[in-house]
Amino acid sequence: MGAILKRELSSYFNSAIAYVVMAVYFFFSGLFFYSYCFEGNTSSLAGVYGNMFTIILFVIPIITMKTFAEEKRQKTDQALLTSPASLTEIVLGKFLGAFILYAICCCIFLIYAVVISFFVAPDWATIICTFIGILLLGASLIAINVFISVLTESMIIAAIAGMGVGLVISVMNYFINMVTIEWIEFILDKINFLDYYSNFTYGILNITDIVFFLSVTGLFLFFTVRALEKKRWS
Amino acid sequence: MVEVKNLSKFYGDIRAVDDISFTVETGEVLGFLGPNGAGKSTTMNMITGYISSTSGTVTIDGCEILDDPKKTKQKIGYLPEIPPLYVDMTVRKYLEFMFDLKKVKLPKKEHIEEVMRLVRISEQSERIIKNLSKGFRQRVGFAQALLGNPPVLILDEPTVGLDPKQIIEIRKLIKSLGKKHTVIFSSHVLSEISATCDRIIVISNGKIVADAKTDELSTSVSGEQKLALQIEGVSANIISAIKKIPAVTRVSKTFDMSENTAKYMVEYEKGADIRKEVFNAMSRIDCPILDMQSGNETLEDMFLKLTSSVQSGTVVGKRGNN
Ligand SMILES: Nc1ncnc2c1ncn2[C@@H]1O[C@H](COP(=O)(O)OP(=O)(O)O)[C@@H](O)[C@H]1O
Ligand SMILES: [Mg+2]
Repeated sequence: MGAILKRELSSYFNSAIAYVVMAVYFFFSGLFFYSYCFEGNTSSLAGVYGNMFTIILFVIPIITMKTFAEEKRQKTDQALLTSPASLTEIVLGKFLGAFILYAICCCIFLIYAVVISFFVAPDWATIICTFIGILLLGASLIAINVFISVLTESMIIAAIAGMGVGLVISVMNYFINMVTIEWIEFILDKINFLDYYSNFTYGILNITDIVFFLSVTGLFLFFTVRALEKKRWS
Repeated sequence: MVEVKNLSKFYGDIRAVDDISFTVETGEVLGFLGPNGAGKSTTMNMITGYISSTSGTVTIDGCEILDDPKKTKQKIGYLPEIPPLYVDMTVRKYLEFMFDLKKVKLPKKEHIEEVMRLVRISEQSERIIKNLSKGFRQRVGFAQALLGNPPVLILDEPTVGLDPKQIIEIRKLIKSLGKKHTVIFSSHVLSEISATCDRIIVISNGKIVADAKTDELSTSVSGEQKLALQIEGVSANIISAIKKIPAVTRVSKTFDMSENTAKYMVEYEKGADIRKEVFNAMSRIDCPILDMQSGNETLEDMFLKLTSSVQSGTVVGKRGNN
C-alpha cells in the first residue's frame, strides 16, 4: 500500500492536478473568508464552511478522476493487479493518496483561524469540530468518486459523472421539499449529506454524523474492491 | 515450473481460450506461437492472475494462483503486450515503485542498478519514460518484469514494433534469461520463436494445435526431407515396414483418419528418393497407399497449415493435415 500511496502523491504533484485543485480550493475559500469574515465582520467560519460544501463536491472529482480510469486506459492496471498487492491495498493506497491531497487543501482553514486569532479569540472547539467534519465529508465523497473512476476508462467521464453526483447531492434539499411520497422523502432525508455536514459547522460533534460519513466511505471503498474483482471474472 | 491444466476463458460466446493444458519445466524457454487473436494474451493474463479463468487451474512451483495469490504472483515477472509503464515517471523512479509494489526483499538500490545494467538502460535511468523510444520503453518493461529475480518470466510479444537490431538484442536477452528462469514468451512471428525457444506450442483459435521441441520441428529446415503418406492398414506393420528402408530416419503416425486409415510422416536423408521403396514395401504387406506427398516443408509452411485449419482432434506432435 505504501508504494501505491507514494506514487499517487508524486503523480498529483508532478502533474497540474494538485496545483489546480489547491488553487481552486484556496481561491474560493479565500473569497468566502473575505466576504463573510471581513465584510460580514464575524469571527465565525460557519458561513465559509457552508459555502465550501458545493466547491468540495466539484473539486473532489478532479482529484479522483485519474485514480483507476487512467490506469485502465494506460494498461498500468496490469502491473498493479498482477503484483502481490491485494485489491484492498490497491484501493486503500489510491484512496489515501486522494485524501491526503484533499486534507492539505483543507489546512487552509487552520490558517484562516490563525488570521482570525489576530483580531479576536477564535472559537477553537468549533473550528476543530468543523475541520473534522470537512475531512469526513471529503473522505466519503472521495470514496464515491474513486468508485466512479473504477467504472470507466475515461477520466473525463469519471470527472463529469462525479460532478453529476455532486450536483444531485448539492440540490438534495430541493428534492426533499419536492417529493411528496413519504418513504422516498424519508430515504432522501437519511442520505442528505448537507444535513450531516451542517451539524459539524455549528460545532456539534454528533456520533450519527460521524458514523454516516465513515459508513459511506467504507461502503464505497468496498464497492470499488468488488468492482475490480468483478472485472476479472467477466 | 508452470503447470496449466484444462484452462478455458469464455467471453460470452467467444471461446478465447478453449481447454488448453501444458507444463513448462524449470529452466525451459517455451515459445507460444499463434496468429493474432489466437488467445495468447488471454492465456498469459490468466497465468499471471490479471484475469480469472472460466475453468481450469494454473500452478506455479506448486502454488495455485487462486489459493495463494500473493505468494504465486511473487514468483512471476510479467511483461504484458503493452508494457505497464507510468510514463510520467523517470525510469529509476518507476523501477523503485515497481520494486516496492512487488515487495522485493533484495537490497533496493543495487538490485535496480543490476537490472538496469542487464537490459542496458542504465544511461536512461534519469529520463522520463514518456520521452523514451519504443525500444527503450520495452526494455523498461523488461526491467520491471525482472525485478526480484522471479523464477518464472511471462513475456507477451516482447519484440512487436521493434526494429531488427532491437529484436536481435531482445532475443539475446531472452536466451540469456532462459539460463536462470523459466520463460514463456509469445509471438506471432515464427522465426522469432524458433531462434530462441527450446520448445514451441502453437495455438490457434484458443486451442493448442502443436506442442514439440524446436529441433524436432525444424529438422526439415536443417536438411532432412519428408514424405507425408496416407495408408490403409495396421499401423504397427506399416511403421515397421517403412523403418526397414535404409534411408529412413524417422517414421511417425500423425493423425488417425478412420479406424483403418492413418496419416504418417516419414523423414529421410537428404538426396535419397524413397518413394519407390515405400510403394514396394506397402504392396508387399498389402497396405494400399491412398495419398503420398513429398516435399521439404519449412516451419513457415507448417505454421500456416497448423493455424489455418484447426481440426476437431488436437494434434500434438508433428503436423495437422495436408
Ligand atoms: N475483454 C475481451 N472481451 C471480449 N473478447 C475478448 C476480450 N479479450 C480478448 N477477446 C477475444 O479473445 C480472442 C483472443 O484474444 P487474445 O488473447 O488477445 O489473442 P492474441 O494475444 O493471441 O492475439 C480474440 O478473439 C479476442 O477478440
Ligand atoms: Mg496478444
